[in-house]
Amino acid sequence: MESFKDLSSCRYEISESNDGEMIIYLEGRIDADNASSLIESFGSLIRDRSPVSLVLDLKKVTYLDDFGALVLVELRDMMADAKGEFNLKNAREEVLFVIDSEAIAESPKLIKIRPPSMFVRFGDAILKYVSDVKYLISFVGSVCLAFTYTFFHPKSLRMDDTFLYMQKTGVDALPIVGMISFLMGLIMAFMSSIQLQMFGANIYVASLVSLAMTRELGPIMTAIIVAGRSGSSFASEIGTMKISEEVDALFTMGFDPTRYLVVPKIMASVFVVPILTLFSDIFAILGGLTVGVFMLDLTANAYILQTLKTLSLFDFFLGIFKSGVFAILISWIGCLRGFRVKGGAASVGQATTSAVVSSIFLIIFFDSLFAVTLRYLK
Amino acid sequence: MEKNNIIEVRDLVVGYGADTVLENISFDVEEGEIFIVLGGSGCGKSTLLKHLIGLIKPISGRIRIDGDDISDCDEATFKKILRKIGVLYQSAALFGSMTIAENVSLPIKEYTDLSHKSLETLVKMKLKMVNLNGYENHLPSEISGGMRKRAGLARAMALNPKILFFDEPSAGLDPVSSVELDNLIIHLNKSLGTTMVIVTHELQSIFNVAHRVIMLDNKTKGIIAEGNPKYLKDHSDDPFVRNFFNRKSEH
Ligand SMILES: Nc1ncnc2c1ncn2[C@@H]1O[C@H](COP(=O)(O)OP(=O)(O)OP(=O)(O)O)[C@@H](O)[C@H]1O
Ligand SMILES: [Mg+2]
Repeated sequence: MESFKDLSSCRYEISESNDGEMIIYLEGRIDADNASSLIESFGSLIRDRSPVSLVLDLKKVTYLDDFGALVLVELRDMMADAKGEFNLKNAREEVLFVIDSEAIAESPKLIKIRPPSMFVRFGDAILKYVSDVKYLISFVGSVCLAFTYTFFHPKSLRMDDTFLYMQKTGVDALPIVGMISFLMGLIMAFMSSIQLQMFGANIYVASLVSLAMTRELGPIMTAIIVAGRSGSSFASEIGTMKISEEVDALFTMGFDPTRYLVVPKIMASVFVVPILTLFSDIFAILGGLTVGVFMLDLTANAYILQTLKTLSLFDFFLGIFKSGVFAILISWIGCLRGFRVKGGAASVGQATTSAVVSSIFLIIFFDSLFAVTLRYLK
Repeated sequence: MEKNNIIEVRDLVVGYGADTVLENISFDVEEGEIFIVLGGSGCGKSTLLKHLIGLIKPISGRIRIDGDDISDCDEATFKKILRKIGVLYQSAALFGSMTIAENVSLPIKEYTDLSHKSLETLVKMKLKMVNLNGYENHLPSEISGGMRKRAGLARAMALNPKILFFDEPSAGLDPVSSVELDNLIIHLNKSLGTTMVIVTHELQSIFNVAHRVIMLDNKTKGIIAEGNPKYLKDHSDDPFVRNFFNRKSEH
């Protein structure tokens, strides 16, 4: 007997003969707690002494699970690498079974899911893009169909849901839209006043704030907030329903998922987002007014008169109309991303992100389309 | 050898908010036992299981797991208890973004410092045990429901816990896989002495694997029968219990 070791609940003794035969007597439990330290210490033992043969005596082992079997397998492999012999003594049947199972050698190497090579990804991206575009077109079609159906069968519209989404998208967003717009008006008035004051043109702060907000910034700001709040929630709601097979359930019960899930959301958005925009305009003008009255020595009366003089009905309705279009885009892309969800939770997260990003892109893109079109119409 | 109780439940009252689901139940599970919880739908089996694994705190009463009170203990003790238990959830609850092998190796990586190569071998042995060799690199969404269940079992057994909890393990399995799962349960129980607490309706597997059962009831909110299923089948005083085991309706 040469050495004697204690490793939490497992002990072992080693005896070594002169012609390089090594016997290890194991005692106690071999489990998850000590498997790795056993492998390590036996490994260094084999490397140091390089025995010709190794025998493990398992007679006094009280507990051996697959972690224990792992220790045996590792030792066997180490001995095989060193061209030595490996034997077990007094092993129970199950242990032998686990060790001999050829499946371990046969089964494929474990891979980590990591991004494949650049070319594969490039090809993948193109394929995905094509299928996205295909789906996008078919989704436009099915939304149009659903709306046509709803138009001719108004009773099929799910009123309760529509009202619920109106509340979630509109009423619940009012505080944040109001607050941000007020601050925007404040900042715009403040920044422009520094320049305009030099020319004694304080009063034009009112024109600048009101025109910029009603035509451009009001609709855009509101749309971006709605995209972040509601577009994302539409995507994650439908996405979650998709992975828990609720969408399939709707389908098999004879509901058209588009009509059931998408129409109320788009309806509600188209209705409330313009109203939100109206509020956004009003709050921004109030913000400008605050700066005008308290910092620029304008009277509230003069400020409001100037605002009314600047704004035409056309500007106002243009802003409202644009926000209606944005509402359709946001809710449409949100639902679309939701329906594209496949697999698990991570996919829902992706859909949500992409719903918001695509909405913001579409908002800006359509806004520039409006700008260019108007320029040529005039 | 004197068997000791690995789970002790005393005067347990569980429920959600003000509604109680079970009232004043007490029972013990012996070490190395296959213990089955049964009862009609909605009688609180899943609820009881969630309390046993410490996901929900009981309204009152005491649950001891291997000597430690899970309903009232500090963080360190709770961690220690969690290391002793493994759970197979009703829906398998595999992480969708990881492969089957990664799912299984996750707890092993966390709690042991095996080398990468040993870990790989071990994971393969685990998956071989549940007959999923060859599916190491699949994602959970790419395998069938029954296979997911077996992968979930492999993950639950990753660290060879002392107690394994199963919520309806054979739901969604074909009869053959279901029998295989039963055999696996019996095998694990025999070779490693793992205590099993199983919620199930599957009569066949109850008779196959159970050492002892308790039956819950939602009218009395308590335990209406306890013992060996083969005995209860013919000798229970309660006709409801006899009907349950004989697959008869009361009407
Ligand atoms: N999260 C919850 N909130 C409130 N009540 C709940 C909740 N989960 C379950 N319940 C109620 O608790 C009772 C027991 O439910 P539980 O899920 O434990 O039943 P079960 O015995 O597992 O049934 P099954 O066999 O159908 O799975 C039911 O009456 C249910 O309404
Ligand atoms: Mg249940």
